[in-house]
Amino acid sequence: MEKKNYNNICRREFLKRLNAATATVAGASLVGCSNANTNATANASKKEKSGGMTYRTTPTTGDKVSLLGYGCMRWFTLRDKETGIIDQDGVNELIDHAIANGVNYFDTAPVYCDGECERVTGIALNRHPRDKFYIAAKISNLSPNQWSREETLKMYENSFKELNMDYIDYLLLHGVGMGTGIEEFENRFIKNGVLDHLLEERKKGRIRNLGWSFHGDVKVFDHLLKLHDEGKYTWDFAQIQLNYVDWKHAQEEHPRNINADYLYAELEKRNIPAVIMEPLLGGRLANVPDHIALQLKERRPDLSIASWAFRFAGTRPGILSVLSGMPYMEHLKENIETFSPLEPLTQEDMDFLDSTAQQLLRYPTIPCNNCKYCMPCPYGLDIPGILLHFNKCINEGRMPLTSQDPTYREARRAFLIGYDRSVPKLRQADHCIGCNKCTQHCPQRINIPRQMKRIDRFVEDLKQEREFDKTTYIWMR
Amino acid sequence: MLRKLRIGLAVIFFASITLLFLDFTGTIHYFLGWMAKIQFLPALLAMNAAIVVSLIIVTLVLGRVYCSIICPLGVMQDIFGYFGRMSRKNSYSYSPAKNILRYTILALFIVAIVAGAGSAVALFAPYSAYGRIAQNLLSPLWIGGNNLLAYFAERADSYAFYTVPVWIKSTATFVVAAVTFVAIGILAWRGGRTYCNTICPVGTILGILSRFSLLKPTINTEKCNSCGLCSRGCKASCIDSKSHTIDYSRCVACMDCLENCKKGAIKYTYKRAKSNYENAGKDTSRRNFLSTATLFAVGTIAKAEEKKLQGGLAIIEDKKVPERETPIVPAGAQSIRNLANHCTACQLCVSVCPNEVLRPSSNLSTLMQPEMSYERGYCRPECTKCSEVCPTGAIRLITKEEKSSTQIGHAVTIHENCVTITDGVSCDNCARHCPVGAIKMIPSDAQKKSSPKVPFVNTERCIGCGACENLCPARPLSAIYVEGHVTHRTI
Repeated sequence: MEKKNYNNICRREFLKRLNAATATVAGASLVGCSNANTNATANASKKEKSGGMTYRTTPTTGDKVSLLGYGCMRWFTLRDKETGIIDQDGVNELIDHAIANGVNYFDTAPVYCDGECERVTGIALNRHPRDKFYIAAKISNLSPNQWSREETLKMYENSFKELNMDYIDYLLLHGVGMGTGIEEFENRFIKNGVLDHLLEERKKGRIRNLGWSFHGDVKVFDHLLKLHDEGKYTWDFAQIQLNYVDWKHAQEEHPRNINADYLYAELEKRNIPAVIMEPLLGGRLANVPDHIALQLKERRPDLSIASWAFRFAGTRPGILSVLSGMPYMEHLKENIETFSPLEPLTQEDMDFLDSTAQQLLRYPTIPCNNCKYCMPCPYGLDIPGILLHFNKCINEGRMPLTSQDPTYREARRAFLIGYDRSVPKLRQADHCIGCNKCTQHCPQRINIPRQMKRIDRFVEDLKQEREFDKTTYIWMR
Repeated sequence: MLRKLRIGLAVIFFASITLLFLDFTGTIHYFLGWMAKIQFLPALLAMNAAIVVSLIIVTLVLGRVYCSIICPLGVMQDIFGYFGRMSRKNSYSYSPAKNILRYTILALFIVAIVAGAGSAVALFAPYSAYGRIAQNLLSPLWIGGNNLLAYFAERADSYAFYTVPVWIKSTATFVVAAVTFVAIGILAWRGGRTYCNTICPVGTILGILSRFSLLKPTINTEKCNSCGLCSRGCKASCIDSKSHTIDYSRCVACMDCLENCKKGAIKYTYKRAKSNYENAGKDTSRRNFLSTATLFAVGTIAKAEEKKLQGGLAIIEDKKVPERETPIVPAGAQSIRNLANHCTACQLCVSVCPNEVLRPSSNLSTLMQPEMSYERGYCRPECTKCSEVCPTGAIRLITKEEKSSTQIGHAVTIHENCVTITDGVSCDNCARHCPVGAIKMIPSDAQKKSSPKVPFVNTERCIGCGACENLCPARPLSAIYVEGHVTHRTI
């Protein structure tokens, strides 16, 4: 088996191994790599049993889209730590494997991976016949100085160049609803004629399907569907955030959020297929607190924790594709397994997941998905790093609830040492000045400065060993 | 037997004191802190009469066992001497005492202490010289090892070890430590205890006493065949085998001669004091301490600081040290004068400071003595480590409560640097982090309430901890920094 693994590894990995062999320290990454290969052989035998990828068909173009969609937002995890270059060979390998196993929907955006996402994904995809995959691209929305007609169309045309493709299968208006509301949407896309231009492009065939991804203000969502109902602007698809927590409890995470059951129902009513983002809530539904993981495992020992969330997202018929950012081969293989074919949830399963969601909400993790839209922080903070460390400690049950906890000393040490490991001192929460440049970019609407202050206070309580009790911290909002 | 006992004790003391300097967590001080406090000069400066008297009594009874067992610099020289003799069959020989040099240096040293010239005192104090060597040369290796363990611990998801930054806290002190190490090393390699018997002021003082000690090695002339083995094996070069005399002012009671003598002619017994050592030779040029080894090339020590340039992180400019009119010294120091008068610059406080605040001064008059700066961290309210470890009373033991009410300095604002003005953002990081609530944000333009808010410091409340300076987002110079107080005040 060891020999087989060597045959599988690419040139880059081979060089890595050579280097590591000379060095005395066997890197942890290498261990991960050989694990991946063992998984491959283990999974290969399993795959024989399954019946191939589940597909859904679009009503407008009749595309047969794989229910597992590839989110290309997280290639940044494949950056070389020294040079910062994304490992193109690694991306190629992942995409080859995905296509070979029936995945055919690839989601990109100009802003992902510091603007490198489209180019890297394009290079990998163009090594395959154009009719083997569908590409989703976006008109992004993060910086106000890109909101003029000229800048918008420049961004649009640039996507063709970066992707090196003649047409885009799925074009999305990125993150509508995130700004100040309907007026902003009107100014951004309608009054300056951008949307009319895009309709033209759809007629010409450069855009095959036109839709949008939605975050935030439900008024904008309703407004877009009203436009659709009036027949002025029709949408071929829409992208929404849906998972078993957000289905009924999104509003509990933030009062301005809207529950996914409403969004889905509105789309289904109009026969607009839904692409699903955040099926795992940025990984939080894959990495759940230990006792919740136990419950899920007890119910179905053969299934992974993450697969529950994917099955929830994919079960309903109006779902076109469920996006997952998969920078690691292990995740890709596991997800292909889940979707080949997708085993739909029963009503009983759904109820079980809803009770799981309610338990999860009692664990006050901060709803950060590590999307890095908030970054870079002008004052150098590593915002997602801080929040993820915090969530990790909660999930591992290491958070002292009071300073009298029997495990207080151990938890204190783990929290403080882990904090310095995850985030360099200069990028920690105590350096947040509250300039609030970040909050507007957060799709989860986390009040980042407020959370930074709370974490800072918590760290100070631990460092100074000040007393605190259950009422001191209400981490939710 | 006596020799083995001496070696055993020396190893214990040497290892323990070295550990004191290497342990960055401060936990070992709880058990072994007394080892620094029984060092002669620190005890003298701390005016710890009990210890000074005890050491004098020990010397009067046993001779200079202090130099062979307790003094870490002495033991370090023995280690060098051991390898020196191993490597080239080098044997020592008797040489007359260099009394003029010894007593001149001792006199100068006493003058320096009285005059409060701390840097001169620090340069020659043996325990401190060793402390600097341990802190500057050994501690990076120790921390490096720790960091390697931390690297593996992190990957094993263990919290047993954590990474500690390695940085040169003061180039001047580093160079002094390195030169001292090489110079004393070479002297010891070639001639044994040359330093102890010509330069070291503690050695000279104890030497005066040890002449009158009750127990000392004595040569039984009836058994002695004048073979000279004892003389050649004496690291202090104090046995004149021809005249069967031993210069007890230089003998460090190492007991080597007892075992070297094949005839059993040397015994460690009671002998009445007789001034039976000969005239001192006048040759002082042979072993010149300070000019010997300046061949040292300053090695580049790899900085453990990581360089992370991931896509989404803004680059953070390093903070510059502001020009402080008065240096800041830790709360237990009471005043700059008290610190300068008592500190022997042993670096124990610098080794143990967990917040990267303390570093040796580069100022000539206070060279190598600790001072504070806040670019890397600030003097955190829960920490009183430096006061716990100081053996000399330069930094007196204080409680957290005392520290939080001691004004070691006060914050000064530079409003032009404040990000509320330069970047037009809202910021109250200094005010929010001030542990005593001494900072308030007020409009920069008194006429306009809506003008950007800048910090105002109530110097009556400010304790000078530097939280504001350290956490100020303005870079490279903070918009608020701390000026030291010559004499600390209590609120």
